[in-house]
Amino acid sequence: MDLKEGQIRIPSGCAVSAVISRQGNAVNGEKIVKSMIPMHERSNGLGGGFAAYGIYPEYAEFYAFHMFFDSRQAKIDFETYIKEFFEIVKSEIIPTKKIRAIVNEPLIMRYFLAPMKSRLADAQLDEREFVARTVMRINCKIEGACVVSSGKNMGVFKAVGYPEDVGEFYSLSEYDAYLWTAHGRYPTNTPGWWGGAHPFGLLDYTVVHNGEISSYDANRRFIEMFGYKCTLQTDTEVITYIADFLLRRQKLTLEETALVIAAPFWSTIAKCDKEKKDKLTYLRYVFSSLLITGPFSIILGFDGGVMALNDRLKLRSMVTGEKKDLFFIASEEAAIRAMEPEAENIYSPDGGEPIIVKVEKEAQK
Amino acid sequence: MKADYLYPEFEIIRNEALCTKCRLCEKECSNGVHAFLPEKGILIADSAKCVNCMRCVATCPVHAIKIVKSGADFTYNANWTSDVIREIFKQSATGGVLLSSMGNPKPLPVYWDKILINASQVTNPSIDPLREPMETKVFLGKKPSTVMRDEKGKMILNTPPSLELSLPVMFAAMSYGSISYNAHECLARAATELGTFYNTGEGGLHQNFYKYGSSTIVQVASGRFGVHKDYLEAGAAVEIKMGQGAKPGIGGHLPGSKIVDDVSKTRMIPIGSDAISPAPHHDIYSIEDLRQLVFSLKEATDYKKPVFVKVAAVHNIAAIASGIARSGADAIVIDGFRGGTGAAPTRIRDNVGIPVELALAAVDERLRQEGIRNDVSLIVSGSIRSSADVIKAIALGADACYIATAALVSLGCHLCRNCQSGKCNWGIATQRPELVARLDPDEGSERLVKLLTAWKREIKEFMGAMGINSIEALKGNRLMLRGIGLSETELKVLGIKHAGE
Amino acid sequence: MITINASTHDNASLCEMIKQAKDDVKISHCLGERFLGVGLKDRYIEIDGTPGNALGAYLNGGSVKVNGNAQDAVGDTMNAGTIVIYGNAGDAVGYAMRGGKIYIKGNAGYRAGIHIKAYKEKFPVIVIGGRCGSFLGEYQAGGLIIVLGLCKSEKNVTGNFPCTGMHGGRVLIRGDVSKITFPEQVSVGEATEEDMNTAMPYIKEFCSLFGYELSEVLGSAFTAVKPNSANPYKQMYVEN
Repeated sequence: MDLKEGQIRIPSGCAVSAVISRQGNAVNGEKIVKSMIPMHERSNGLGGGFAAYGIYPEYAEFYAFHMFFDSRQAKIDFETYIKEFFEIVKSEIIPTKKIRAIVNEPLIMRYFLAPMKSRLADAQLDEREFVARTVMRINCKIEGACVVSSGKNMGVFKAVGYPEDVGEFYSLSEYDAYLWTAHGRYPTNTPGWWGGAHPFGLLDYTVVHNGEISSYDANRRFIEMFGYKCTLQTDTEVITYIADFLLRRQKLTLEETALVIAAPFWSTIAKCDKEKKDKLTYLRYVFSSLLITGPFSIILGFDGGVMALNDRLKLRSMVTGEKKDLFFIASEEAAIRAMEPEAENIYSPDGGEPIIVKVEKEAQK
Repeated sequence: MKADYLYPEFEIIRNEALCTKCRLCEKECSNGVHAFLPEKGILIADSAKCVNCMRCVATCPVHAIKIVKSGADFTYNANWTSDVIREIFKQSATGGVLLSSMGNPKPLPVYWDKILINASQVTNPSIDPLREPMETKVFLGKKPSTVMRDEKGKMILNTPPSLELSLPVMFAAMSYGSISYNAHECLARAATELGTFYNTGEGGLHQNFYKYGSSTIVQVASGRFGVHKDYLEAGAAVEIKMGQGAKPGIGGHLPGSKIVDDVSKTRMIPIGSDAISPAPHHDIYSIEDLRQLVFSLKEATDYKKPVFVKVAAVHNIAAIASGIARSGADAIVIDGFRGGTGAAPTRIRDNVGIPVELALAAVDERLRQEGIRNDVSLIVSGSIRSSADVIKAIALGADACYIATAALVSLGCHLCRNCQSGKCNWGIATQRPELVARLDPDEGSERLVKLLTAWKREIKEFMGAMGINSIEALKGNRLMLRGIGLSETELKVLGIKHAGE
Repeated sequence: MITINASTHDNASLCEMIKQAKDDVKISHCLGERFLGVGLKDRYIEIDGTPGNALGAYLNGGSVKVNGNAQDAVGDTMNAGTIVIYGNAGDAVGYAMRGGKIYIKGNAGYRAGIHIKAYKEKFPVIVIGGRCGSFLGEYQAGGLIIVLGLCKSEKNVTGNFPCTGMHGGRVLIRGDVSKITFPEQVSVGEATEEDMNTAMPYIKEFCSLFGYELSEVLGSAFTAVKPNSANPYKQMYVEN
């Protein structure tokens, strides 16, 4: 029997890209799909996906769950479970197009959910923690069900295939988002199912990532102490949980989060002034097990913005660029040029230097 | 009884053609093996007194001496080994409890040797440790569970008391009394130079070594020898010794013959009086009592110093460690059943406790399951022999290791395992001034520095090969390990896969 | 003297206030607060109520008075100073103490004076007015323990197994010891003049502290327990 992703750990190489409108304007999905074409060689057809933010304005106050089901039974089990804790405001099949390059698709659904007030009160949890725990429980316990994304006014579209084909499969030209991120995957094994494709999402956090990190099991075994369960054994999954833990639960800023996961070297810290040195030392002391080593370039999407980050040795490529309102991030400059031939200020961030772009109205909050 | 006479275990072979009759061997041997016969003009050896410490072999200027296992042995028997028979003879003659030194020498599994380390190939890069930064610094202490901020949103840097180590290796507890003044000086100076720590053991801290306090961990054991407020304040951390891998559940006993003037001062007991450490701490009969001692020590040191709790690896170690983690301790030291000792009942040493590798894996996993791994650091000891053992321990989940036997070997110990005699020819496990003088603190501390400098280089090589540039990212990173020739159960306890999986 | 009402502070802040106080301290309403007077070098602490465990641990010169009973591990590993208890003490009083004095008006629990030791000018003394539990002076390596048996009790003045592992110091027991079994490694006999001379200042101080007549206390005979050897376990081992 072939092992599914999650039962074994599969190293992957990848391509990533992103586009964000700083004014929060609509960017059509066609643009991000285009960015992946010049980076075709960085994928091998075994995984591609996109995250889109701002796509469900009419349901903006509900948690949008994108779901994969391996079987009808899995769907029934999921719905039975979810109805105990959430009100299902709307549920529908996510429209897809039959194309030759994409096969073996699971049942793909989306649900707009509102947590039941009484259940929330019983659990004595903050709403987002409640939703996060629900996601963990579904992914661990409900056979054949996979929560693909679970944030508000956003969603993840992914599949086994080349990213261009995945874009066509989901008809992404039908969606407008203020932020898109994209991923093309080069796994060393066949992942066996679609849940292993990227982006990986929890609440409104999504991660696309390139590189195989060497700290994986140190990070995983640490983060699992806090209720996260790494069911996929992928770097992207653990990085998403780390981001959620640091940003949502520890309330670190994005910059501080970058200082934890791509911490400056002790030799660099030693050269800082005392105040900075003390803070950097503190962050490394407290979160030593969340330092990520080995090559990575990450694009972290969240409600209202995006952060790009390279590992501290800069072992993976990443470039940024901009044109007017739009800001671009990609593994290769060509991907940016595919989206905007006239892109300006092409820049390669340093290792460990976070590039943070927020939608302006969000940034003003 | 005639049956008790045995042909000596070792034989001295002297190459008469080389021997110049300089009689150095005679001077060097505290066991009185070598003797000069003036009438014949030759040196003879009483092999029965030889413990195979190789002092004479190493010091003979013309290399005329070798020591060999005598080969005169009982009829081969895999069950009734010659050791077993010899021990029965000894006990039949004396009625005494067998007393041994150093770690368990029995051929029990050494799991370190059945664990293999990973390296990067293609999917991610290895890193060249000679040319790119490679961090081995670790901190020992509690980690705050949440980041706090003041009303202006500024982070409150509430770092608990902690130790900073330049590499995850420290020198384990060995008391002044069980080892010599010069050996202690070597450890203290080396720890200071290396940016790590040594441990006083339960024998107090010699007045001359207070100056190395910032590199010293002061131990509080059940006998409370030399423990007073200044002592507690002198160290960088306080370690409560609940148990020792070589003799779990057994107290200590330094015979009065070793309580010479200076040792007496340091232990603060009269010269010649036995120093008996009770088996338990008599203020700790239960886990909540441990909390009481942890906090009374914190109270006595104004909450400025981390408090460690050292325990022997025993069957229920995971639950014990979990209890210690909840007792307020800042670090747990787990000492495995191969750990060394100056003297322990042979039967206890060889039969009680479990290997540190299994104990470490079980403890680290349990503390994570309970979500309290961040409340304590884990330090392991009990036969850490090389940088490879260190790397494997860190990847299994340790924060740092303690070494003791390895440090003594660096100082010249030849593992003859006769520490209890107090006649150590290498000046280590002895209080005889003429023997102690043989260990030069300048040379000894330099050797220790060299040893750990070499280990640090090797640790960096291992890390670089794994594509890890900070030791933090190796801690508990069990995917970097594979077992070889281990059973399903062993793999499960270690939390690692088999090679090839 | 500064007065602190213990009931209005948590344990940690109470300890901190005692440490910070420049003056003597009187603590009222004490109810189980631990570590009072830990490591105290000078100054005087008086406690009304029931102090918690490890009272005066590592005491280094100050003095502590308790108007009531004390719990376990009083004067643990103390080095110098005085603790006076106008009531009973719990288990392991004076554990591993090296110097200083502990006076208890009433009874002491199990393992009183366990592993007390003396060193040079340091000479620890424990005087127990009543009786004590088993394992009195276990592993005693030095110093003096006096048990007066002044409180009426059906039980023997000491519990079982007194002085096991004793290898230094003295234990003096007032009154009838005929029903007490001592271990082999100690010698038991009528207290000599020298024994009584050593003990007298402490007996006198006990009397003046707790209002006893010296003549009443000296009215019964004292038995002295001394170790036979400073190395009681030497013969037990054979080098292997």
